[in-house]
Amino acid sequence: MARTATDLTLQWNPIDCRAFGLCAEELPEGIVLDEWGYPLLAAGPIPVRLLRRARAAAAACPVLALKLVARSRSAS
Amino acid sequence: MTAYAASPMTDRGPAGTMGRAVPGDDAWRDGRLLPSSPAPGYSGHRARYGPLPTPSLAALIAATSAVSLVGRGGAGFPVSRKLSALADAGRPPVLIVNWCEGDPTAVKDEALAHRSPHLVLDGVLALAGAARARRLIIACRAGSATAGRVGAAVAQRPEAGRCEVLSVPPRLVASEASSLVSLASGGGARPLGRLAPIWERGVDGAPTMVLNAETSAQLAVLAMLGPAGFATVGDPGEPGTAVLSVSGRVARPGTYEIPTGTAIGIPLLAAGAPGSGWALVGGLAGRWVEVERLGRTAFSGAALQAAGLSRGVGSIVVLGDGCLLVETAGILGYLARESAGRCGPCMFGLPAIAADLAALVAGDPAAPERLRRRLPVIDGRGGCAHPDGAVALAGSALAALSGPLRGHLDAHLRGGPCGARPVLSLGGS
Repeated sequence: MARTATDLTLQWNPIDCRAFGLCAEELPEGIVLDEWGYPLLAAGPIPVRLLRRARAAAAACPVLALKLVARSRSAS
Repeated sequence: MTAYAASPMTDRGPAGTMGRAVPGDDAWRDGRLLPSSPAPGYSGHRARYGPLPTPSLAALIAATSAVSLVGRGGAGFPVSRKLSALADAGRPPVLIVNWCEGDPTAVKDEALAHRSPHLVLDGVLALAGAARARRLIIACRAGSATAGRVGAAVAQRPEAGRCEVLSVPPRLVASEASSLVSLASGGGARPLGRLAPIWERGVDGAPTMVLNAETSAQLAVLAMLGPAGFATVGDPGEPGTAVLSVSGRVARPGTYEIPTGTAIGIPLLAAGAPGSGWALVGGLAGRWVEVERLGRTAFSGAALQAAGLSRGVGSIVVLGDGCLLVETAGILGYLARESAGRCGPCMFGLPAIAADLAALVAGDPAAPERLRRRLPVIDGRGGCAHPDGAVALAGSALAALSGPLRGHLDAHLRGGPCGARPVLSLGGS
């Protein structure tokens, strides 16, 4: 059976984030912005079909506030 | 300050594995942490309590686990798990006593500094020996009476050279655990975020444990009495005592040390609280509850949880004839001003919900809907728990105002401010 979910997730660092909002442009299916421009991330592992764009979302952040990490590594 | 012992504490029982007979005097009779007559100076303290305990780290882990000791600073985390994390790290840790009394509804840190400073120091010093700590930091608010008393107590001790007294800016979030780690590492007193656990990598990159002052004093008592001696008072599931701060519209505000499991009505009665109305339990990040129901609730983690409450910083603010909405709006304004300004959802979100609550006081019919939309968006999205506590308090107020206080909310929506003055006087920086 083909895997539909990766074991990766996006980890957001609210201290570093400066609300550039580029992440939400790269991955609108998984990231929406709150009324102040800060990202709200979809819960759970990243689906395989969105992995490439999740990487792009993390790479788009000018201050590296968004990272792709293994789920076990993510802070609770 | 008033010590209220709901039951005598003279029955020490057999000494535990770590415990030993404590000199037969008044030490435990009228309060373990807050004796009515403080021991005079360090030599008086030693004469009353015996030598500084020297347990092993394994013994402390076993003892804190046996009595289910939880941290008394607000988060209520099991102490045995923090100690196990230090043991697992296997490197000399940094220990920090948080004696900053961040929450304005609590006065127990001040009471401990006044009446039992050496008991607090005994706890962290016993742990420092057990864990072979590389640094031992005592964090107090700059310029506070507590800082003066703690500094004087430290200077009296033979271990004074080991203790660094850290002066913390008088801001609420400055005494958050990771803020203290940042300050002790030479940075600013602002939260570091939750991504790197301080028990793995804290001050100077070393495993770090932050203990609330009361927790440290409880640890000292536990090391002196042993688990069996410690458990001769209190709820069997979570034995020992707890220090409550009772304030607001009461005749006798102050600190009350009670055995865990005591019905909260007993210290409320001792404080001269009215028998009805509402109270805020757990501090500014706490929950509103009706006094009648609170009075019947036992002060233990399990009973508080069953009532939808938590011990938080161990404070109770009695509202009396105050207005729950006015009070909550005032607190949210304070919490918004006290944000460290590091994370957007807190920096922008807290002023927004504070404004929503102020608008609700003034009768804005759209305010409840804005609050219901905003609260979940802010919750859990800061680098520390400051915004989460603010959201929880606002949510608790909304629940009361859409339930038992619906009539009062309607009065605000019809006629604006009710004229009640805030019970808490909160400054802000």
